[in-house]
Amino acid sequence: MAVPASALKARRVRKPGQTKTWIPYLFVLPNLLIFTTFIVIPMVIGFIYSFHEYDGLNPMEFVGFGNYTEIFANDEFWSALARTALYALIVVPAICCLSLAVAMMLIQPIRCKGLFRSIFYWPTMISYIIVGLTWKWIFGDFGVFNYLMTLLGMEPLHFLSDSFYANVSVIIATIWSRLGFYMVIFMAGLQAIPNDYYEAARLDGASKPRVFLTITLPLLKPTTVLVVMLTLIEAFKAYPLLFALTGGGPGQDTTYIVQYIYETGFAKQELGMASAMSVILFVLISMFTALQFKLSKGGSD
Amino acid sequence: MELKASARTALYLLLFAMAALWLFPVLWIVLSSFKTNNDLYSFPPRFWPEPFTFEHFTAAFEKGNFGRYFINSAIVTVSSTILLLLINSMAGFALAKYQFTGATVLLVGFVSTLMVPLEVIMIPIFKVLSVLGLFNTLLALIIPPAATPTGVFLLRQYLLTVPEELLEAARMDGASEWRIYSRIILPICKPILAVLAIFSFMWRWDDFLWPLIGISDPSLYTIQLALSNFIGEYNVDWGSLLAMSVITMIPVLVVFILFQRQFVSGMVTSGMK
Repeated sequence: MAVPASALKARRVRKPGQTKTWIPYLFVLPNLLIFTTFIVIPMVIGFIYSFHEYDGLNPMEFVGFGNYTEIFANDEFWSALARTALYALIVVPAICCLSLAVAMMLIQPIRCKGLFRSIFYWPTMISYIIVGLTWKWIFGDFGVFNYLMTLLGMEPLHFLSDSFYANVSVIIATIWSRLGFYMVIFMAGLQAIPNDYYEAARLDGASKPRVFLTITLPLLKPTTVLVVMLTLIEAFKAYPLLFALTGGGPGQDTTYIVQYIYETGFAKQELGMASAMSVILFVLISMFTALQFKLSKGGSD
Repeated sequence: MELKASARTALYLLLFAMAALWLFPVLWIVLSSFKTNNDLYSFPPRFWPEPFTFEHFTAAFEKGNFGRYFINSAIVTVSSTILLLLINSMAGFALAKYQFTGATVLLVGFVSTLMVPLEVIMIPIFKVLSVLGLFNTLLALIIPPAATPTGVFLLRQYLLTVPEELLEAARMDGASEWRIYSRIILPICKPILAVLAIFSFMWRWDDFLWPLIGISDPSLYTIQLALSNFIGEYNVDWGSLLAMSVITMIPVLVVFILFQRQFVSGMVTSGMK
């Protein structure tokens, strides 16, 4: 771990004198103040809300675990959560595999590397709203996609008003917009693998798939864990892109969990209920993260 | 690693095909924004605008109040980025170069907030903004996101490599701690501050959630909020929407072109490790 080592180093050298010990606190203060106000306090408030019935206007009413028991009986909540999980189940492996594949291609000695990297990275710089709009335009009734379908002799589809295709559209747009980011992370990880390993493997006459399975994948594990963790957390937070692409429809067919919480809190004015849902989502995300962490540690030694 | 000629050809074909897929959506949007309304909805769709028209762009500025949103976004992006660079470098400096009670707790505290998705605390954040009187002000979009843990962490790690002797020498000369920060630390941090500035620019310019929570008055909308609000309505004015999207992408494109090396190659060789 880097933290204790650096702490030791700092202890050895520092000597600004005792009268100045308040100075570091002053330097940290602005950040700390904002953190506390906009992250720590909201977390505490959210937790308190989750045990109350509250519409934002009238006084709060303590209901104990009432919100939680109600959520457990709320089918809409669970189906939104299930949809999110299914979306994550497809998007996470797809992004991981594709971005790794592209990263492997782009660390080869080929021409126009920089150009290709830029092309794949570029969509990650576009806001989710515009990504959503872009694909909404392409998948629209008069969009290119339907034109291609008719060219191939198929009936035009109402992509965004059909439950299945709306979800497919969301998945395509997500992969398109996120691939470049994880490609860059994988490239960093791939280039950190010492070349000696590959040299040795080549001398031993190992085949390419074998080299990939026995050298690249194991040594790439820390990077892969990071990517899986980040994509998973991202998948569970998906909202702005969906909002722009499908608006959560048709019906509620692409309403994932964050949008559902947002609507419960702001449109239905059930702040207590929405806070309880947020607590559940937070616990879920933390559990995933902890699990990932544990799995990756267990495998590294 | 050497590649056989056949493998190389296959690799190029695959890369070109994928690159085309990745380029096409943006290209389609950009070209469509120059089409007349007739062309826009014609089926089969035409790839090239015929004739070329700027009517959607002028309409977006005249009718759509787009200039206002653009200015709001610019104010938020620039001020939040400046604030971020200032307070993150201050905190990073303190955490890297001072030994004080609670330093480790603070560092771990900052970094662990990375784990808290904004999405799960948006309702209480809304409440905090209202209580502080920040709701419906641009300050609500400028101040809170400026204290990003990523920035603090990156700067701390960067500053750990700065030799203590440099600071000690300045102290011998009687420099105050603030002077050390502003005259020695800030110039040293330039490269990492540049990277952070780029990130902050992107984050704030593309942000949707903070504006969604913090703003309800249409005259304070940022571009992203304005765009999303357009879609919510029944009659989508695709012409203006496409034009607005295209203009909105330009600043990010400019930043990307200017700092391309730091972005892609830089992240590959150093930044993400």
